[in-house]
Amino acid sequence: MVELVTEFVLEARGLRKSFGGQEVLKGVDLAVRERELVFVIGPSGSGKSTLLRCCNRLEEPDGGHVLVGGVDLMARGTDINAMRRRVGMVFQSFNLYPHMTALGNVSLALRKVVGRPRRAAGEEALAALDRVGLAAKAASYPAQLSGGQQQRVAIARALALQPQIMLFDEPTSALDPELVGDVLRTMRELSASGMTMLVVSHEMRFARDAADRVVFMDGGAIVEEGTPAAIFGQPFAERTRAFLGELAR
Amino acid sequence: MGPTALDRFADAFLNPVVTARYLPAILKGVVVTIEVAAAVIVTGLALGLALAVLRSFRIRPLNVAIVVAVDILRALPPLVLILIVYFGLPNAGLTIPSFAVLWLVLSLVLAAFAEEIFWAGILSVRAGQWEAARSTGLGFGGTLAYVVLPQAIRIAVPPLTNRTIAITKNTALGSVIGVGEILNQATTAQSFSGNATPLTLGALAYLVLFIPVVALGRWIEHRFRWNRA
Repeated sequence: MVELVTEFVLEARGLRKSFGGQEVLKGVDLAVRERELVFVIGPSGSGKSTLLRCCNRLEEPDGGHVLVGGVDLMARGTDINAMRRRVGMVFQSFNLYPHMTALGNVSLALRKVVGRPRRAAGEEALAALDRVGLAAKAASYPAQLSGGQQQRVAIARALALQPQIMLFDEPTSALDPELVGDVLRTMRELSASGMTMLVVSHEMRFARDAADRVVFMDGGAIVEEGTPAAIFGQPFAERTRAFLGELAR
Repeated sequence: MGPTALDRFADAFLNPVVTARYLPAILKGVVVTIEVAAAVIVTGLALGLALAVLRSFRIRPLNVAIVVAVDILRALPPLVLILIVYFGLPNAGLTIPSFAVLWLVLSLVLAAFAEEIFWAGILSVRAGQWEAARSTGLGFGGTLAYVVLPQAIRIAVPPLTNRTIAITKNTALGSVIGVGEILNQATTAQSFSGNATPLTLGALAYLVLFIPVVALGRWIEHRFRWNRA
């Protein structure tokens, strides 16, 4: 494996991706520092979810590089399964395994990927569930949990692998409004504990309050980025202003 | 006063003397039927699952071969296959005992249907399940084994139960090639005795054998109807 010296936990360089002739990512560069919470915003179809999904190669980029801790995920000879352990991912639709309990969901990869014995995996999984406030629900099946609880179990599932960075793909978009707060609180605690996070979301208030940096994407490219104060206060680009104005209405 | 219609009916279909005489033969048939059925269920379901798993690797030529074979096996009446294998293969210098022919053909037919049902189950597991598992570092095989198949099999169980029962009843086709199963014993006894009682006994034997299986199928169907999150 080629390790490059980098100050970034995650670095995307010139990422390109097309779906059926439609270019969704037009050479995107993005870098996330340790302990940073970076928010990606933009209109639907701007390529922000695709960007996120390219960061652990769930979506195969057509060109460019993704570096995680200096390791190029695109390089030949990189063990992608080993690297994915270092990149936690949380999905819009939770994607919990319905045939397993919360504990089973969280401990599966600990056992089968990391190779922990059942007991140790169970203890680590329980600790992860405890961090999202759901240790008491360890024996519950996903169908017995609320949407917000399911998403927090999904966060624990990613967290249990002790990733270097966590990717959140619209983590609250499938939730009823009254359940959004729980998930955002969990994410905020995670960030406060030092987790590096890259978040695609429409929760603008959360972005304003919690993000270190906000990236605005449109048409498969990054239009501008800056502190929340700068992006929400004095956006530089006309398109950013139009997008934020549209949201404010 | 001569015998009533009811007496004549009872004499033809439930004659106690004939019953006593041929019941042992029928029971021997029951054992054979159970043996064939059990062998068919085990090999048919295992082979069907194996084919569905192979298919999920999406290797094109292999999948085309699987689909063609499965469609042929599903389209042909099992009796035709049994006759072709039993009477045809000896001409090519290959003689297979009748029990083995019955087991082989019914296993292949069940495997064909089971493959389609398992495959439909695998396809019905949402892409997000694959993505979630892969994102934790599980490989293709691990994802299939621990995340996708347990859900796919659950989805497959109710239709699979019905299909398994339907194909297992085809063990009666063994009577055509001389497998000593229930129907064969019954028809033989019927022609020796000139009385339909052995056929009645055969029918009763099938009921005793399959009603519990049908009931089990209903229970499984109920048990596996579970809430998908």
